[in-house]
Amino acid sequence: MSMDFGGLRAVDRLDLMIHRGEIVALIGPNGAGKTTFFNCITGLYTPTEGDIHIHPPGGGSKRINGLKPNRVTELGLARTFQNIRLFQQMTVLENVMIGRHCRLRSGIAGAVFRPPHTVSEERQAAMDSYRILEKIGLESFVNDLAKNLPYGAQRRLEIARALATEPFLLLLDEPAAGMNPHETHELDQLILRLRETENVSILLIEHDMKLVMSLSDRIYVMDYGRKIAEGAPGRIKNDPVVIKAYLGEEYVA
Amino acid sequence: MTPLIEIRKSVLVSIWFMFLTFPIMVIRVNTVENVVEWRWHNMIAIGAGSFLLSFVWRYMIRRKEQGIRRQREGAGPRLSIFQRIGQERRIFLPALTLLAVAVVVFPFLVSMYQVNIMTTAFMYIMLGLGLNIVVGVAGLLDLGYVAFYAVGAYTYALLNHHFGLNFWVCLPIGAALGAGFGILLGFPVLRLRGDYLAIVTLGFGEIIRLVLENWNEFSFGPSGISNIPRPGLFGVAFSLEAHARYIYFIVVALAVFTIFMVNRLQNSRIGRAWLALREDEIACQAMGVDKTRTKLTAFALGATWAGLAGVIFAAKTTFINPASFTIWESINILCIVVLGGMGSITGVVLGALVLVLLPEYLRAFAEYRILTFGVVLVLMMVFRPGGIVSNVRRTYQFEGPDSGDK
Repeated sequence: MSMDFGGLRAVDRLDLMIHRGEIVALIGPNGAGKTTFFNCITGLYTPTEGDIHIHPPGGGSKRINGLKPNRVTELGLARTFQNIRLFQQMTVLENVMIGRHCRLRSGIAGAVFRPPHTVSEERQAAMDSYRILEKIGLESFVNDLAKNLPYGAQRRLEIARALATEPFLLLLDEPAAGMNPHETHELDQLILRLRETENVSILLIEHDMKLVMSLSDRIYVMDYGRKIAEGAPGRIKNDPVVIKAYLGEEYVA
Repeated sequence: MTPLIEIRKSVLVSIWFMFLTFPIMVIRVNTVENVVEWRWHNMIAIGAGSFLLSFVWRYMIRRKEQGIRRQREGAGPRLSIFQRIGQERRIFLPALTLLAVAVVVFPFLVSMYQVNIMTTAFMYIMLGLGLNIVVGVAGLLDLGYVAFYAVGAYTYALLNHHFGLNFWVCLPIGAALGAGFGILLGFPVLRLRGDYLAIVTLGFGEIIRLVLENWNEFSFGPSGISNIPRPGLFGVAFSLEAHARYIYFIVVALAVFTIFMVNRLQNSRIGRAWLALREDEIACQAMGVDKTRTKLTAFALGATWAGLAGVIFAAKTTFINPASFTIWESINILCIVVLGGMGSITGVVLGALVLVLLPEYLRAFAEYRILTFGVVLVLMMVFRPGGIVSNVRRTYQFEGPDSGDK
């Protein structure tokens, strides 16, 4: 898959595969094109070349390039953002309920007349959202405004919101950025737990190498839009190409 | 601060004001006797006045800052009187009943002039609530809202002129056409945000007005359409006064209907999506909210109320022409929303009442009317930037895993 902006090739024939239940990390120096790749997958950008295929648990295969972001989410891909993008003025519960949005059906008529099924759907949505908050450990903040949450909790709320859309693949863009070691460790446990209980595969972009190495089954390394290495954490750690990309030429020898 | 510094500040302010108002308040050319009059006593009055007012001003600013500091220290935002009334059921229900009785009795106690003003105020409540959906809740700055108002008014006027359709038939048609034009405007501006959106909607509003002004065969141009019938009631003949009351009650009923509808819409899945759209468009899409649909419903549902209000406007004044639908009308409605408090229904209702009634009752001040009005607006924005009723959005309160409702 490739992505051009004008004359600039931000992602160059990147080829990436995630199997069911895997935790895959995408790493690389700043500006390597990792987030651009995320934006292509989730429909914010349309890739210039190449294809993105998904195989939802229900079976079948679907090509998703060029679909609108909300369609991609409906199909089961959910993401978080590198710079936190919560709905600041809404409560924690409402944030998660927005995630439920695409799984709910009530429309204008439902809003106005409030027939029983709309009322029960709303109640169910609130319940489901609360359960998700419990899993993530945010239930004590349920009625607080999102902007009043501590930083680490905001990051976790983003994950909760993404989970509410019932994804089979969760895309995390630097979930540990700005966290202290203790919070990072908690996040580590959380991600592993999610894989077990929620049946999701996870693709994450991360700079915290300790987290990446302990979590991921496989790692892809990008630099200048290209894939420069791929493999298990142990192999990547000692790969000269990767070390060169991160530290520069002279350290290799 | 020591009193001496305070006094020095006020002296500076008063000198500055005397200087600023010097040309208009002091110098006057007497054209009868061809002499220049120097009205020095005006200067003294202004100096003394601004000297005193500057003390009041600084006192108010300090009070406001203390209020903000208190909030930050964790005392929690002070509930406004309206919020307190809304929360206490014991006060809320009787207050509501009292208000309802007052609204019903009102037209029988006062002159026709007052009834007409009130009718206008209630029409602006509808307009304000409609625009509130677009601007206050969904966060899409729409400066061409008056176009939908015009669509409603011309729907009734033209359908009546050509086909003789009566008011009650045209009311839903006007609303539907308003919504239709809302979607029509929505499509081209889907990608726009903020300032750009404001400019395009502004242009749209002007296009509608210019079309109405210049397409003589269709809309009878600037001369407008007259002799639009007032709404009927099974052929009952009304006196002029009874008709004013009749329209008053129609508008009150529709305004209550609007409040009910808008309230339900805001507290629903759609309302939540609108809020999320206002907060963060990209995140909103990434969470599976259909941006196109959400925006279009906001535009359509907002425009519906303008269409309804337009039909009533035509029926009430019995004469319409494009001059009633200028950009100033849009800005006036926007003022209602901003002054009342973005996103708050109570706020918009109060804003509409203040903005329609204040200029009317300020007529006693004759030429100072608009000046006073402007001063009130500026003071409002300095001391209550969030509007009359700010920040009262009802959030979805979760009360535990077993009950889980509002």
